[in-house]
Amino acid sequence: MIVGAGVVGAACAYYAARAGLSVAVVDRGPVAGGTTGAGEGNLLVSDKEAGAELDLALLSTRLWRELAEALPPRDAIEYEPKGGLVVASDGTALTALRALAAGQRAAGVTAHEVAPGELARLEPGLAPGLAGGVHYPQDAQVQPARAAAALLRAARRMGAAVRLGEEVTAVLTGPDGTVRGVRTPRGDLRAPAVVNAAGTWGGHVAALAGTRLPVMPRRGFVLVTEPLPPGFVRHKVYAADYVADVASGSADLQSSAVVEGTPAGPVLIGATRERVGFDRTLSTEALHRLAARAVALFPALERVHAIRAYCGFRPYLPDHLPAIGPDPRVPGLHHACGHEGAGIGLAPATAVLVTAALTGAEPPVPAAPFRPDRFTP
Amino acid sequence: MTPSADLAVVGAGPAGLAAAVTAADRGLRVVLLDAGERPGGQIHRHAAGQAHPPSLHGRRHFAPRARRLAAHRRAGRVTHLPAHHVWTVVPHDGADGAWALHAVAGPDEAPATVHARTVLLATGAYERHLPFPGWTLPGVVGAGGAQALLKSGLVLPGRRVVVAGSGPLLLAVAGSLAAAGARVPAVVEAADYTAYASGLPTLLRNPGKLAEAALHGGTLLRHAARLLTRHAVTAAHGTTRVEAVTVTRLDRDWRPVPGTSRRVPCDALAVGHGLVPQLELATGLGCATRRTPDDTPALVVDADQATTVPGVWAAGETGGVGGADLALTEGEIAADAIAHALRGTPRDPRRTAALTRRRARLRAFADTMAAAHRPGPGWTGWLDDTTEVCRCEEVTAGRVREAVADLGAHDARTVKLLTRAGMGWCQGRMCGQAVARLAGEPPAPDRRPLSCPVPLGHLAAPPTTDPTDRGARA
Repeated sequence: MIVGAGVVGAACAYYAARAGLSVAVVDRGPVAGGTTGAGEGNLLVSDKEAGAELDLALLSTRLWRELAEALPPRDAIEYEPKGGLVVASDGTALTALRALAAGQRAAGVTAHEVAPGELARLEPGLAPGLAGGVHYPQDAQVQPARAAAALLRAARRMGAAVRLGEEVTAVLTGPDGTVRGVRTPRGDLRAPAVVNAAGTWGGHVAALAGTRLPVMPRRGFVLVTEPLPPGFVRHKVYAADYVADVASGSADLQSSAVVEGTPAGPVLIGATRERVGFDRTLSTEALHRLAARAVALFPALERVHAIRAYCGFRPYLPDHLPAIGPDPRVPGLHHACGHEGAGIGLAPATAVLVTAALTGAEPPVPAAPFRPDRFTP
Repeated sequence: MTPSADLAVVGAGPAGLAAAVTAADRGLRVVLLDAGERPGGQIHRHAAGQAHPPSLHGRRHFAPRARRLAAHRRAGRVTHLPAHHVWTVVPHDGADGAWALHAVAGPDEAPATVHARTVLLATGAYERHLPFPGWTLPGVVGAGGAQALLKSGLVLPGRRVVVAGSGPLLLAVAGSLAAAGARVPAVVEAADYTAYASGLPTLLRNPGKLAEAALHGGTLLRHAARLLTRHAVTAAHGTTRVEAVTVTRLDRDWRPVPGTSRRVPCDALAVGHGLVPQLELATGLGCATRRTPDDTPALVVDADQATTVPGVWAAGETGGVGGADLALTEGEIAADAIAHALRGTPRDPRRTAALTRRRARLRAFADTMAAAHRPGPGWTGWLDDTTEVCRCEEVTAGRVREAVADLGAHDARTVKLLTRAGMGWCQGRMCGQAVARLAGEPPAPDRRPLSCPVPLGHLAAPPTTDPTDRGARA
C-alpha cells in the first residue's frame, strides 16, 4: 500500500509491481498533485558531493535512461540527456568547483573541466568573463508530472490499483503494533506493508502511524519565460554557489538559479530555497533574485518576458538525505520521502531500494544512510 | 516620507472610474492604474480621435465622469496612469502605504511601482470561450471582441456574420453588427429564454434592462436576423477562412441532438459565452471567492464592497459579472466606504440606501442572467478529439481526455501539468473554462502570480521608484 501518487510513489508502484508484488496506490489528490507537479524535473549528479546521495543519484541516472525506453509511448516522459554546465564567476569559485568535481569523479561521475574560452562553444548565450566551468554529461531532465503519470499508468497495467482523490485518515495497526493497512473515507484497505511516499506531507503520514519523521517544507519559486528558439539555453546551467545553497540548512532565502530550456520552448529559472512553512504568497524578492541571477548568466534574458511563476514545497529533512526503507519503530511501515529538491532524480533508485526491502533482495546501493529512524533523539 | 496615495484603483472601466472620481470627490488622493490608453475600460472603448464613446450609456454615464476625472487630475487629486499593466499587488511594509502595486508601463515596458494605503480592484472580466471544431479558423472572432472592434473603429469582421454562443451580449452584438451594415443570418443562442421566466419578478424590477433588450431585439427584427434559441454552432467550416457554420439543436443539457444539424453560409462568426471575472490579482492577495449561479468564481465582498482581505476592496465584474450600471454603483459604494474608513468622511444615509437598493436590484438581474446562460454540461459533446482546446500550446480535446481517463488527472491543474493546456501566452484565459469542464470540475478561481508578462530585466533590476512621486517632486 503506497501512500502518495507523486513521482516517488509512482516509481515505488512501478518497481514493486514489476517485482511481482500486489500493489495499491492511494493519494488524497490527483497524480503529481504535490511537489512533483511543481518540480523542474532535474536529474542531477552535478550538485551532489561524493557520498550516499550521489551513489543513489548515479543509480537513478541509469534507471531513468532505461525508463525513458521502457515507458510507452515514446517520449512519454520527455527525457532529455542534455547535460549540466556549472560555471564559476571567479577564481575562488573555480577552485571550489574543481575540488567538488575531483571528489565526484572519484565516485564515478563524468565531469569535464571547461576552459573560459570553451564555454561559449557549449553555451553561446553565456555572459563573458566567467572564470571557467565543469560539464556534467550525465545530468538530464524529465517532465516530472508526465513521468509520474507514465510510471503510474505502467504500474496499473501490471495490476496495481490506483485510488486518487482518497485521503488516508489513519494507518491501521494490529495489537502488536504491526502495520495492517490504511483507512480512508471509503473504507479500510488492508496490506501488510505501507509505504509512506507522501513527500512534503510525509511527516503527517508518519504521525498517523504513531512515529516521527521531521519533514519540513522548503519553498521554491520558479520563473517561466515566453517560448524561446531552440538552442537559446542548451544545458542545465547554473553558478557554482548553487551547490552551497542546496547543502545549506538555513531557513533564509537562497536564490542561485538553474537556467534551462524545455522542449516546448520556455526557459525555466529556478529555484529559490526558503523555509517559510506552506506559504504560497508571491515573494517579489524571490522573483527579483532569480531574475537577477539568470540575467547575470545569460544577458540576453534581460529582454525576455517571464509569463508565469509558481512555487512548490520541497520535503526537507535536516541532513538533506531522504528517508528510505523500513521503519524499525513500526513494523510494516516503510518510508520513501524527504528528498528535498532531488525527488524526481532519486525516485527510481528510491523505489528500487524500497522494493528490495519489501522482497528481501539485496539493495544495489547501501541503504543504511537513509534509515528513517536516524533522527530519533 | 509622505503617503503617496490613499487609494490605488486598478482598472479604469466603469467601476474603477466611478470609484476614483467619487473617492477624489471625498478628498482622497487617488492613483488610477489601467492597462488601456484611455479610461472607459472594455465597454467604453472609443475610436482614436474620438472624444467620447458613441453609445447612449457612454454619453449619459461615461462622459460626465471622464470630465470629473480630468478636473481631479488637474487639481492633483487623481494621478491617472494609463497603459500600466499591474502584474502583482503585494503587502508593503512602509510609511508610504500598506500595499505595493507593481506594473509594466507603456510601450517600452518600463517598471513602475505604486504604494497606497488601500486598494480597489476593478479589473473587470474577459470573454468565456467554449471551443468547437473549426473555432481557430480566421473569421471566427469573439463576440465581445467583435463589439470592441466595432466601437474602436467600426471594423466589421465580415459581411455576413453569424452571432452565436450564449448570454445577453449576443443580441447587443448582433444589433451593432446589423446597424453597421453587416448581414446577420442567424443569432444562435444555446440557452432557452424560457429560463428567464423563473426570474420574471427580477426582470420586471429592471425596466431599463428590458428596454435595452427590446431595443436590440427591434434592431434585429428590422434587419431580418433569425433568432434560434437552444441551438449552437457546433462546427465552423472553411479552408483559409470560415465559409459556413454547422448549427445544431441542443437538449436541456446542451448536448447536440443528432440529425438536427444544418449549414449556414457566412464569412464570419462572432461567438461568445458571456464574461468571467478577472481575479488573479485578488486571488494572489488571498481574497476569498464564491461561485455565481453559472458556476463562475467571483470575489466575496461585503455590503461596503470590501473583500475578505482588510484594506482591499473590489467593484464591478470582479464580484460577479453584472454590467456597467452595477459596476458604477459598486464603484461609488466602495469609494464612500473607503473614504469613511480612512478619513471618517460621513456617509449620506439616503445616498447609501439608494445605492444599496440599486445594487441589490442589478445584482439580482445579473444572477438571473447567469443562471439562464449557465453552460450545460453537454457542450463537450460537440468537441471531437482533434479539436484544439488550448490554442497557445496546440493541445487537442483528445489529449485532455487522455490525461483525464488514462493518466490520473482529475482537475484542470493536473491536466495542465500533463498536457501543457493553459501554459502558453494567454495563461489559460482562453481555454481555462473548457479544460476545467473537460476535467469534470467547475472552473477554479484564476491563479496567475504574474498577471501579465514581465520582462526579466525589470524583475532583475533593483526595486523601482514610485511614479506618483514624480508629480510630488515636480
